[in-house]
Amino acid sequence: MKNPFEHLDKMLEHRVRLQIMSVLITNNIYDFNGLKEILDVTDGNLASHIKALEKEKYVSVSKSFLGRKPNTKYKITERGRNAFKKHLDALEAVVKHVK
Amino acid sequence: MKPIQEYEKDIASIRTMMERSSKFISLSGLSGVLAGIYALAGAVAAYYIVHYPVSPDPYLTYSITEPGVLTKLIIIATAVLIASVSAGLWLSHQKAKKHGIKLWSPASRAVLINMAIPLISGGIFILIMLYTGHFGLAAPACLIFYGIALIQGSSNTYDEVRYLGFCEIALGLISAVFPAYGLIFWSFGFGVLHIIYGSILYNKYDK
Repeated sequence: MKNPFEHLDKMLEHRVRLQIMSVLITNNIYDFNGLKEILDVTDGNLASHIKALEKEKYVSVSKSFLGRKPNTKYKITERGRNAFKKHLDALEAVVKHVK
Repeated sequence: MKPIQEYEKDIASIRTMMERSSKFISLSGLSGVLAGIYALAGAVAAYYIVHYPVSPDPYLTYSITEPGVLTKLIIIATAVLIASVSAGLWLSHQKAKKHGIKLWSPASRAVLINMAIPLISGGIFILIMLYTGHFGLAAPACLIFYGIALIQGSSNTYDEVRYLGFCEIALGLISAVFPAYGLIFWSFGFGVLHIIYGSILYNKYDK
């Protein structure tokens, strides 16, 4: 049997990034503060992980203003959606492979 | 490569995140029970204004055409609505606080927006019915539009809300066949069903 570990997505092996993607895949669009609250992480931590996902083109960003407060929204891209699905399949394979 | 338990935790965390981000779980069961009680109290008040001392059947010809009755009914309905919504907001706020989450979240916003469309269009439709004299179908229309709103909102909260929605729609359709008994169906749908559903929710999630 082929090694199922090689199908895992390096980018998504990190828990926080995986969680961001899980939220975005269910909700399509989510804002920074909403993500921060659900993941229970600091601003800096969340920002750096989102940046990484953005660089990989897994999420797209749109910035707007709510009154005078900036409001940043994130959306999952097609590429991100596919990567997430593949990673999830790989995770399942890994767990099954070991058992 | 991480130890295998970490991958299992990854899968678990995907599930938690999906649920927590999309489901409004602060909805209080107790507020459903209270809303039901308010509705029943409102229905009793409405009964004394509309029907008393006449029997339910001939109310179309007797009572509702009397000046002032319609206004009184609208005042009662508004009072019931405000009391129920305030109880819902207050108790759900308490529940959210207990769980350390915010009441105003993307999930609760989604519930509100999805429910608002059928509620507002239904509300306007019912007001038009009342002003054009179609009193008999106002109560069924309340039940049906409320049921649709619940089903719309249910994808972002507890599944029980969807079943309540189906019950309200079914009840509304039955009540449309018996327009003279609108008040009875209305009290059953908004009173009794809310109390049942609220107790189920309370027993399942709030204890």
